[in-house]
Amino acid sequence: MNTPKFQARTLFLIAYILFALLPIYWMVNMSFKTNSEILSSFSFFPQQFTWDNYKTIFTDPSWYSGYINSLIYVAINTVISITVALPAAYAFSRYSFLGDKHVFFWLLTNRMTPPAVFLLPFFQLYTTVGLMDTHIAVALAHLLFNVPLAVWILEGFMSGIPREIDETAYIDGYSFPRFFTRIFLPLIKAGVGVAAFFCFMFSWVELLLARTLTSVNAKPIVATMTRTVSASGMDWATLAAAGVLTIVPGAIVIWFVRNYIAKGFAMGRV
Amino acid sequence: MARIDLDLAHAYRPNPREDSDYALLPLTMSFRDGGAYALLGPSGCGKTTMLNIMSGLLVPSQGSVKFDGVDVTRATPQQRNIAQVFQFPVIYDTMTVAENLAFPLRNRKVPEEQIKKRVGEIAEMLDMSGQLNQRAAGLAADAKQKISLGRGLVRPDVSAVLFDEPLTVIDPHLKWQLRRKLKQIHHELKLTLIYVTHDQVEALTFAEEVVVMTRGRAVQTGSADALFERPRHTFVGHFIGSPGMNFLPATVSGGALRVADRPLALPPGRAMPDGELKLGVRPEYVVKTAPGDPAALPFTVTLVQDIGTHWMLTARIGEHTLKARLNPASRAPQVGEEIWLQVMGTHTCLYLNDELVEA
Amino acid sequence: MSTTTKPVNQKAWLLVLPVIICVAFSAILPLMTVVNYSVQDIISPERRVFVGTEWFASVMRDEELHAALWRQLTFSLAVLAVEIPLGIALALSMPAQGWKASLVLVLVALSLLIPWNVVGTIWQIYGRADIGLLGAMLQKMGFDYSYTGNATHAWVTVLLMDVWHWTPLVALLGYAGLRSIPDAYYQAARIDGASKFAVFRYIQLPKMRGVLMIAVLLRFMDSFMIYTEPFVLTGGGPGNATTFLSQYLTQKAVGQFDLGPAAAFSLIYFLIILLLCFILYNWMQRVGTQEKEGVE
Repeated sequence: MNTPKFQARTLFLIAYILFALLPIYWMVNMSFKTNSEILSSFSFFPQQFTWDNYKTIFTDPSWYSGYINSLIYVAINTVISITVALPAAYAFSRYSFLGDKHVFFWLLTNRMTPPAVFLLPFFQLYTTVGLMDTHIAVALAHLLFNVPLAVWILEGFMSGIPREIDETAYIDGYSFPRFFTRIFLPLIKAGVGVAAFFCFMFSWVELLLARTLTSVNAKPIVATMTRTVSASGMDWATLAAAGVLTIVPGAIVIWFVRNYIAKGFAMGRV
Repeated sequence: MARIDLDLAHAYRPNPREDSDYALLPLTMSFRDGGAYALLGPSGCGKTTMLNIMSGLLVPSQGSVKFDGVDVTRATPQQRNIAQVFQFPVIYDTMTVAENLAFPLRNRKVPEEQIKKRVGEIAEMLDMSGQLNQRAAGLAADAKQKISLGRGLVRPDVSAVLFDEPLTVIDPHLKWQLRRKLKQIHHELKLTLIYVTHDQVEALTFAEEVVVMTRGRAVQTGSADALFERPRHTFVGHFIGSPGMNFLPATVSGGALRVADRPLALPPGRAMPDGELKLGVRPEYVVKTAPGDPAALPFTVTLVQDIGTHWMLTARIGEHTLKARLNPASRAPQVGEEIWLQVMGTHTCLYLNDELVEA
Repeated sequence: MSTTTKPVNQKAWLLVLPVIICVAFSAILPLMTVVNYSVQDIISPERRVFVGTEWFASVMRDEELHAALWRQLTFSLAVLAVEIPLGIALALSMPAQGWKASLVLVLVALSLLIPWNVVGTIWQIYGRADIGLLGAMLQKMGFDYSYTGNATHAWVTVLLMDVWHWTPLVALLGYAGLRSIPDAYYQAARIDGASKFAVFRYIQLPKMRGVLMIAVLLRFMDSFMIYTEPFVLTGGGPGNATTFLSQYLTQKAVGQFDLGPAAAFSLIYFLIILLLCFILYNWMQRVGTQEKEGVE
């Protein structure tokens, strides 16, 4: 059915997707050029296509270690966030207890806090306990905003599961851990997928804390990319390549959880 | 108010070959103007498909739909001027009851004066006059369904009102109220009403004629009486009635009837084709008789239930069971007792290949 | 439907305990440190003087702070004004199912996954007249476009960058809301003869209200805390044209090492956000319960 209205929608969608993709494309384009070509000419396709920039990143430890470091602390953070959030979300969803609404709200406010506020204290705290420049430091610091988010998302999904299922399981003789892992978790797979996606996303992109708490050993890629000024000026080409590679893990994660996200959207409540 | 004629089929695929490729097997049906009909059948039988074809939300893969003789197969629901009430209430949350009811008329640019009058009339009919200025979102499910219904009735020239299991979300103790209201409306407005349900009680109390459907086929159309007394298909016999009709396998050869390996007298004037048949008799029409009665068979009682107004007996002959409804005045049989039950009578039906053999 | 009253069970606290420990560790402890600093004058690590509310008073009077706050508010409101309608429009035009839906979802969500400093970098490149597509095109069209030299240009570029970056969040949330509308509503609207606009106004928008509240809340909060992207793009300039609150605070704390005032300002910043969060959260809850009653 191609009514005129329908076509206006498609046009708008295409226009937006163009708007969304062009800047990214431009950076990809640049990542395949050399610095001299970038500065001297202007073209939609590289005149002298080169893999050099990517080679640099894969061979230069100061570059690729950045990716590995980021992946490490993001993974640690996502695992911890989801693990502690699951029982808490269950409690909020199923029970009423003293101060529950207040705690829930307090959790939410942590998501809302400007990281800048915690900059100094974190710096001092981690220095004191000797955790500066470690992956675990960043992973723990990111718990600040990821745990509340995970609890919030998971609670929403859990509330969509009727309590009768829990009760039936108890009547059937399941212990709580068995019920949770065998029956409940599979039912909220979509929610776990959505929560994991957002935890990954927010931890992967965070700059301020990640940069402040690391220097050499755990330096994430986000920090590495802000130091590409050398004697010959801005190293645009390598920077562009690094940028492209930084998008890749996110795209992979989205690909793996895409079904859960679609289902999660269908179930509502992100 | 319109007469609806259907001559169509609906298939899942472009080139249907077997029966299972069809959502609706080829059928011809007419719904007379002002009649109240029910489409009754289990889930997946095609009744909602038929309803959606009639309303215009679905175009049949072959055939036609006619309203008052005019072909509307490809016309939109608006063009057909029908109204549809869905399983769950569909209302506009941000509007009041009055605004909800006025909505279809406003879209047609009816003058404000007329709208007010009409909304008032319909609200009166639905016993909602007092709630006109309340926000529709805060009302109970049955009130919301009434609003859904009202939006359909508010157009004076609505051709037919189609219901898709509208009482599903209504509390049981309110269902009968709404059913009564629907009958009242039918009586007053004389609209063509078509009601889809899987609940035979709803269908039989609401409709003048019921279309029983199963697996894409309209098996029988008739009044509640006709469906009860003379089911034309074993499915109808089984589906209608609580419990449904009893079926015993029978063989006819050379004009003689044998059921469960025992002879049974054929009433005079009834000709039966030779072959494997099924004998159908409703529990309500099975009576206890004297042993040796040629129209009866011996059974062994396996279960006796006291339903209050009658005994419900379950009895066995060979490997077949039969249910019978017995008068409470008589003595209740004991489990294990042998009892002779008359199964051949004026209400008994015989079926060849699941179709009724006309006497 | 499901009962809304939950059984009371104080043992549920045990389930919540791990979360509370984590977040307390990463939030309460640091916060206490900030409070500590905010009421002291730290002349040197050994010499600390308790000064009470002095820092708070001076911070409140600070003209630079007022300017930064004003800039921040204007920015956040502009962000909402553009991203919410645009996001809704996008959600409405995204396909509902099939392979096209998955593809469009991935393409739209792409900008959300880019690390925020890379977002800054992308636009840094994109907007330059010498090496960037946008910059070059604008130059060709006759605009003397420079986001480093011209304050208005810088503003618009930062806004455009944020719109590019975050509109998909609004769109995805709106999309989720739209998918929860049963077909019957659209069918009923067709039967009632409703126009496309009426369908939007009376069916889609009300049903999206819940998720849109979340979108407004998130976008306002996040834009109020924005740091990375404008920092990478303009560094806060030209001058301090694009220096918003977070950067202002970081400058004060790290750049000038005024721990006292920085801590005091941190707390004020935090309290402003808390207040706004509280208001919007309650608003969200109210709409949420209204919706629950309505839908059932």
